[in-house]
Amino acid sequence: MAESEPRLQTTEINVNMGPQHPATHGVFRMVLAIDGERVVDVTPHIGYLHRGSEKLAEGLQYHQITPLFDRMAYPAAMNNELVYCMAVEKLMGLEVPERAQYIRVLMCELNRIASHFLFLSSIGLDTGALTPGLYAFRGRERLMAFFEAAAGARLLPNYFVVGGVREDLHDGWKEQLSGVLSLVEFDTDEVDKLLTYNEVFVTRTRNVALIDGRTAIEYGALGPVLRASGVPYDVRKAEPYMVYDRLDFDIPRGENGDCWDRYYVRLFEVRQSLRIVRQAMERIPEGPVQGLRRPTGIRPPKGEAYARSENPTGEIGVYLVSDGSSNPYRVKVRPPSFCNLMALKHLLREAYVADIGVILGTLDIVLGEVDR
Amino acid sequence: MAEDKATTGASGNGSGALDDKGKALLSLLEEEFKGLPLEIGTALELVSVQVPGEHLVEFCRKLKEDPRFDFKALLCLSVVDYKEYFQVVYHLLSLKHEHKIAVRVNTPYDDPKVPSVTSVWAGADWYEREEADLFGVVFEGHPDARPLILWEGFEGYPLRKSYPFNDYQEW
Repeated sequence: MAESEPRLQTTEINVNMGPQHPATHGVFRMVLAIDGERVVDVTPHIGYLHRGSEKLAEGLQYHQITPLFDRMAYPAAMNNELVYCMAVEKLMGLEVPERAQYIRVLMCELNRIASHFLFLSSIGLDTGALTPGLYAFRGRERLMAFFEAAAGARLLPNYFVVGGVREDLHDGWKEQLSGVLSLVEFDTDEVDKLLTYNEVFVTRTRNVALIDGRTAIEYGALGPVLRASGVPYDVRKAEPYMVYDRLDFDIPRGENGDCWDRYYVRLFEVRQSLRIVRQAMERIPEGPVQGLRRPTGIRPPKGEAYARSENPTGEIGVYLVSDGSSNPYRVKVRPPSFCNLMALKHLLREAYVADIGVILGTLDIVLGEVDR
Repeated sequence: MAEDKATTGASGNGSGALDDKGKALLSLLEEEFKGLPLEIGTALELVSVQVPGEHLVEFCRKLKEDPRFDFKALLCLSVVDYKEYFQVVYHLLSLKHEHKIAVRVNTPYDDPKVPSVTSVWAGADWYEREEADLFGVVFEGHPDARPLILWEGFEGYPLRKSYPFNDYQEW
């Protein structure tokens, strides 16, 4: 080629993605600086779903706040209710009856499976596979039917109250749940068979968007993202709450911290949750499900508490300040998705434009929780 | 509430609920930071330290980098409006030692300014932007202090106690 011939010049351009975009899994917007097929930089914009939950909570009584927590991370509503109830109970020094603790663990693990199923279906769609999503949603629907039978609502159950759970499980729950569990296990196997070692899926996710454990901790992305990066840290093991210390389960650990590891860690957790649920079903004792005579009109003593637990998306925390009145003085939530999303800047650097959806998908963000 | 908290800022839950790790951390802190004007106490099962704003970054860096503390993760950054002053609370976690701490900084209501800890933990970035939005606390030295949660041009600081509750404005 003659030297005088002009060479093809590339230039960096800014592309807006979202807030209404199917691959952002909610109202999330990012401005991407791209150079050809590579992402150079990303500027995320959040806040489209900000409802001021923390301010609203200050105007409500303690027992009225659980529905707000339902609406933060709606795929895992029970897990969210749990951490709020734990914060209030910690402040009050309240012991929850054993049966209620078991019910809570049972419901939280079922909800973890439901939330991970949502993830498994969306990661399939992000990589171009429709069928695993159908199986995952079928399993999710069975779990939702169980929630409806127990709590009266599918998605936003408002089932946990300070001191225990709202009401005992319905008659015949054990039979219903055993049926649901075997079907859910079948659906998990289907998803596993269709996705895990699928050539297309592995090519799309292996060695894509690596994050090491140190960086994940730096951003506070505790939870599945950290575990996929090779750090087997789980609040259920590190600081057991409820009856988790009496149950037998394993914590997965990824090797590379790539998209495939983040997928596989969650699939592994589904199976572990099934194990936990089966154990809880066996060991659940008879007894009361409510530690307070009434869960209303609560007045915790003046002070503050920080409660943390393991949500499907990561570690959640609630910082609760009480001034001794019937309304909390300040409720601050540490949303796991918020921290996971902070790591996006690191993950998208040098990534292909075509992988953006997959990378964002593996963070499993819930915008209701990011914005609150 | 504001008056009891004005002196210490730490919570009035009393001590005695600390576990062994907490007690070890407490004595280590007292020994290590003799030169700094800290107020060390407890809040339920947490060790709680109040730091003057000017020593915050130095203190946090030491907590993160000293292997005996090893607070590599910033769990939560919250601001509480105590009407006469703001308190910024940093909940820190060490995954290695499995201990936690709450670090507090008070800042006056009229001119709320706290040094940014983004140079210590990258994860403080969005927390500080969010709390700056909602409370109007300025995190000095933050590399990218644009609004995060609220839109550009939003007036007022909605999470302050002085912000009205049900004063809706249709637009």
